[in-house]
Amino acid sequence: MKASRSDYLVLIIGLLVAWQLLHWAVGANVVSSPAVTLKRAFELLHTKSFWNHVASTGMAFGLASVISIFAGIVIGLWLGLRRFAGDVADPILNTLYSIPKITLYPLILLIFGLGVSAKVAFGVIHGIFPVAIFTMNAVRNVAPIYYRTARILRLSLLTTASTIMAPAALPEILTGARIGIALTLLGTLIGELFASTSGIGFVLIRAMDVHAVVDILALTTLLFVFAASINALVHFFERWARHNAQQ
Amino acid sequence: MPSNDVHISLRGVTKIFPGFEGHPDVHALGPIDLDIARGEFFSVVGPSGCGKSTLLDIVSGLSTATSGTAKFDGKSVGGAVPDGIGAVFQQDASFFWLNVWDNVAFGLRRHGRSRAEVEERVSKALAFMGLSGFGNAYPAQLSGGMRQRVCIARTLVLEPKILLLDEPFGSLDQQTRLLMGDELLRIWRETGATVVLITHAIDEAAMLSDRVAVMSARPGRVIDIVTTGWPRARDSRIVSQERFGVITGRLWATLREESMRALQAPERSEAQPDRGVD
Repeated sequence: MKASRSDYLVLIIGLLVAWQLLHWAVGANVVSSPAVTLKRAFELLHTKSFWNHVASTGMAFGLASVISIFAGIVIGLWLGLRRFAGDVADPILNTLYSIPKITLYPLILLIFGLGVSAKVAFGVIHGIFPVAIFTMNAVRNVAPIYYRTARILRLSLLTTASTIMAPAALPEILTGARIGIALTLLGTLIGELFASTSGIGFVLIRAMDVHAVVDILALTTLLFVFAASINALVHFFERWARHNAQQ
Repeated sequence: MPSNDVHISLRGVTKIFPGFEGHPDVHALGPIDLDIARGEFFSVVGPSGCGKSTLLDIVSGLSTATSGTAKFDGKSVGGAVPDGIGAVFQQDASFFWLNVWDNVAFGLRRHGRSRAEVEERVSKALAFMGLSGFGNAYPAQLSGGMRQRVCIARTLVLEPKILLLDEPFGSLDQQTRLLMGDELLRIWRETGATVVLITHAIDEAAMLSDRVAVMSARPGRVIDIVTTGWPRARDSRIVSQERFGVITGRLWATLREESMRALQAPERSEAQPDRGVD
């Protein structure tokens, strides 16, 4: 069943109501009200320094996303096409995917130091594994009948790869990219929380240090909207690639 | 045989899949000697697992025979698919990312035909297969029978000299199968192609073919060849003729014993290294 526009509206209203109830239950010292928070969020959107931090996060996030997706797809393609290498790498990739990356943070800091490169590296180690895993499985799951068809049509390896394998695997690769982008954002922000001097994560941790509840929630709300928008955008591409096909 | 002009010729063809990890070798096929005439409609029936599809793979060049030779137009088929072969398989092979028009145009475009030629031949093939008006539809929006027609159109548009069909109607219901059989006969008459049909359905083979070969349980050998004697202009209504009963009766008499043998063969499902040797 496809979610309609009214479903989303109901969801948003439901979230706002739950938020207001929580605010009444625990008090303004812990959770500020939606009205106050949203007002603060709009104020933030009108300050220049806030946009500098957005630019800082955006640059790190954008760079990390490009690296995650590009490197993830290259690794995934290679492992997907070589059965043996894929069989060996599969459990390793899945382990790397599931370990809490935060434990690697000291190591990342030692290697990259404070600043933008550590943020990017932290984003990449979150995002690259789902992209690689999804791409590998996408390539492996291309129906053998397509390759038989390609051989009957006497296609070269290159033509088979570009006109059959790539489009057949694309929907699943895009699913991986969507998850990879979401996790890259998570990784980038975590990187900013722990050791940086600019970015949304940095603003957030500073607000937490001085217990500015309204600021914390306003920033969180803005991040939520941003992440959901990115997700929706990639999801749209994914649907387009599938041509609404029920595979 | 309708003519003495041999189109496909098999001599002593065998296929043995090497065993692995302690399993013994699997002798799937042969030896088989077979001549199929140009323009003939030839069917192969046999119990499941007898190597029918393996035989088709060898004829098409998708797979190499372990011993013996397969010749197409007098030239050896050595593991490479020769020009002029079209194949339709049981599984749905329509490309889900392309609409019907682009699916059918796929082969022509890859072979570098001009736009005008692609345009003309695709619209003709679509009309021929009753798909006009569905050019913009995607496979996911079509029924199984229509998707199979897309695959047949995609193959026919290349005007193959030999049409290899590996249980192309296997996943369709009985009425659709009969109607698709009529379409197949029409295609065969109008294109003059040599058709080799692999099937497990005796009635399908008896109704469509000039000759039907019956294969034994594994290792698959040709144990009987029945000449049907149907006129070239025929359709599914011949199933009501007395002769149809005689043909299916003879096919089943031979096949019954082999099917029982195939069912009793131990561990048939194991150690099939290549693919379902069906």
